[in-house]
Amino acid sequence: MTLHGSSRRTLLLGLGGGALASVLATPALAQRAWEPTRPVQFIVPAGTGGGADQMARVIQGIVAKHGLMKQPMVVVNKAGGAGAEGFLEAKGARGNPHMVVITLSNLFTTPLATGVPFTWQDLTPVAMLALDEFILWVNAESPWKTVADFTVAARTERLKLGGTGSKQEDQIIGVALAKAMGGNLTYVPFRGGGEVSVQLVGKHIDATVNNPIEAVTHWRSGALRPLCVFDSQRLAGTEKMTETAAWSDIPTARESGLDVEYLMLRGIFMAPGVKPEQVAFYEGLMARVRETPEWRELMQQGAFNTTSMTGEAFRAWLTKEESRHRTLMQEAGFLA
Amino acid sequence: MEELGLLMQGFAVALEPQNMLLMLVGVVLGVLIGVLPGLGGANGIAILLPLTFAMPPVSAIIMLSCIYWGALFGGAITSILFNIPGEPWSVATTFDGYPMAQQGRAAEALTAAFTSSFVGAFVAIVMITFVAPVIAGFALRFGPPEFFAVMFLSFASFVGMSRGPALKTLMAMMLGFLLAAVGMDTVTGQLRMTFGSTEMIRGFDFLVAVIGLFGISEILCSIEDGLRFKGQRAKIDLKVVLRVWKTLPRHWFLAARSALIGCWMGITPAGATPASFMSYGVARRMAKDPSSFGKGRIEGVIAPETAAHAAGTSALLPMLTLGVPGSPTAAVLLGGLIMWGLQPGPMLFVEQKEFVWGLIASMYLGNIAGLIVVLVAVPWFAAILRVPFSIIAALILVVCAIGAFTVSNAEFDITLMLVFGVVGYVLKKLDYPLAPLVLALVLGDRTEEAFRQSLLISQGSLGVFFSNWLVSTIMALGIALLLWPALSWARGLLAGGVLRRPRPA
Repeated sequence: MTLHGSSRRTLLLGLGGGALASVLATPALAQRAWEPTRPVQFIVPAGTGGGADQMARVIQGIVAKHGLMKQPMVVVNKAGGAGAEGFLEAKGARGNPHMVVITLSNLFTTPLATGVPFTWQDLTPVAMLALDEFILWVNAESPWKTVADFTVAARTERLKLGGTGSKQEDQIIGVALAKAMGGNLTYVPFRGGGEVSVQLVGKHIDATVNNPIEAVTHWRSGALRPLCVFDSQRLAGTEKMTETAAWSDIPTARESGLDVEYLMLRGIFMAPGVKPEQVAFYEGLMARVRETPEWRELMQQGAFNTTSMTGEAFRAWLTKEESRHRTLMQEAGFLA
Repeated sequence: MEELGLLMQGFAVALEPQNMLLMLVGVVLGVLIGVLPGLGGANGIAILLPLTFAMPPVSAIIMLSCIYWGALFGGAITSILFNIPGEPWSVATTFDGYPMAQQGRAAEALTAAFTSSFVGAFVAIVMITFVAPVIAGFALRFGPPEFFAVMFLSFASFVGMSRGPALKTLMAMMLGFLLAAVGMDTVTGQLRMTFGSTEMIRGFDFLVAVIGLFGISEILCSIEDGLRFKGQRAKIDLKVVLRVWKTLPRHWFLAARSALIGCWMGITPAGATPASFMSYGVARRMAKDPSSFGKGRIEGVIAPETAAHAAGTSALLPMLTLGVPGSPTAAVLLGGLIMWGLQPGPMLFVEQKEFVWGLIASMYLGNIAGLIVVLVAVPWFAAILRVPFSIIAALILVVCAIGAFTVSNAEFDITLMLVFGVVGYVLKKLDYPLAPLVLALVLGDRTEEAFRQSLLISQGSLGVFFSNWLVSTIMALGIALLLWPALSWARGLLAGGVLRRPRPA
């Protein structure tokens, strides 16, 4: 009841906002063959407040504000079993065009680590929205100024690396990092990225591999120090984030002599068995979302890698990434 | 005194007619959301969040935080009237609130609950206004060992709570721990006790269990007792508010202590639910006649409500200053901040002064608006009890079912709620206390997690729980509270022995 009432209100607002954005939306509307006829469920296979949840809510807001869709979008968190709950629901909703799922790395890691029966092939890939970066952070008061300092410390003492969840992306990076350094890292799992970065500010752990958006505010306030980014190239942002440094000033892991690279998928999927024109609708919707200033603002704030893919290219990327995760997790001994 | 000037500017923003209207709308919506069990502040705000994206950030946060206040107030209503906690932190309110309603003192309990909510929240807001930066730094001291110590203290202050036999209390608590362990284990990333069922992956949500254990089982009991509510013939008018207010100043110390517990738990951030349990436990422990708790003591309403709202309010502080949500609702608000182009965290107070102080000013005004709205409505709420049971019971069942479904949009949870209802009924008949079960279910998971995180950090050494003054103090306090019943029993034995000696038969 309440859900329905508020949906209608969202719809009205969406139409109101639509007048503003009609220039953007009208030409596309004319060509569109299929459109949602019911409110669209936007499943987040993670808890409230995390990176995927934030992104889903920003998309929901953009769609409503710019009137990109006639039907409202309702964000639903299905975090149970490290996201398995959300993925299984999408898998079971064969042919339902009114459901989209935002994914993070747990699309690959959760089935591998827990044996819950699903893979990305059980869903219909729509679009890669962006890739999330990972940075090695230490407390600004720690003596480690570079990766080399950190490596020396990790070889002589046991360092504590905090991260989100267990046998998920943070721990995978942690294992690869320890191996590359030839040092010791004890992984301590927490519930969310925000909590992890505060634990580092409070010096309860020695390092984290937080996403930029999870730690940026503590970097700017001078509490944390970035050592390297786990990407093949430096981050794009050249705007000064602190007094002296921009995102682009952070060296890559490879520059610092560590062969560790990891990026996390932020992508959109649909239930299996949906029609091509329905996939095309959401592809178009996401393309328009990506053109809005709010989206660009989010990309800039979180220093995202703005690579985007659809169709066959996206499928090929997913296939490659899945086998890479299998190898990484096998090496770490995380397979169920 | 820079704060005062900024606060005044904040009031100027919050008092704009448009923002005042949003405030009122927010409070009313919030009360409705709070009344529906399961919908909850977090879900309510999540649903309404997109509405606010077209507003200026200050107006948006004013409306959303007023929904939050409204939901905080509203949660107490169903707890007191029907023994169904609308929010997790209202569970402790049912212990004495519902017996009061059964004795025909529903209006009295509601007034006490609303007023103490207001007092708790107000204390927390004053604290946020003046000592925000200092307090926020304190939260940084809380790592896993400190967090476990706080949880341990919650359990310790609650031991001896229930009047049931010790063995039954223990069994109920163990059952709660067992249920809490189902689902994903954060530390190992493995599924536990799901038996291959996809529905079990979620684990047992605390609210689904509580709606069943308290609400449904209560309806079953009422049916057995003859299809009516006790205390339906209560006299209800607005004067009761004034009458109760006259008696409230007597409990100032209780309120102050509860508000302190609440603020502390909100900042750490352990949240409103442990705060309410801990405050109730301490109030009972410190009372001259602990056995009268759970039978309709007004103190049993004041303590948890004050603490829950102090915690709920101060939970916004770590969100604003550290970017860590102290409650699920705060987590959703956090998402909203980012959508409005604000980056929560230490820089917010520096770069977005107008926003922060507008929000703080709206906390004051929103709370006052909320108090007025709910107090005026007290007679109406209490009058619900006059509706014949055969009508209201059906409505409650429907609302409970909606609530259980809304928690995670799962039909299976409705079945689960009914199963918990039957379990609750059976446990009541067999005289097993439900409170320890609920406490273990709501805190068990986080406690276990903090314990194992601590041991990971210390590499298995228990010394980590006594490694600095903060964690040692909390642990020592917890152990003292844990041993209290044994100590007072021993003292009673000694005193008894002394008394008996002069008159040997």
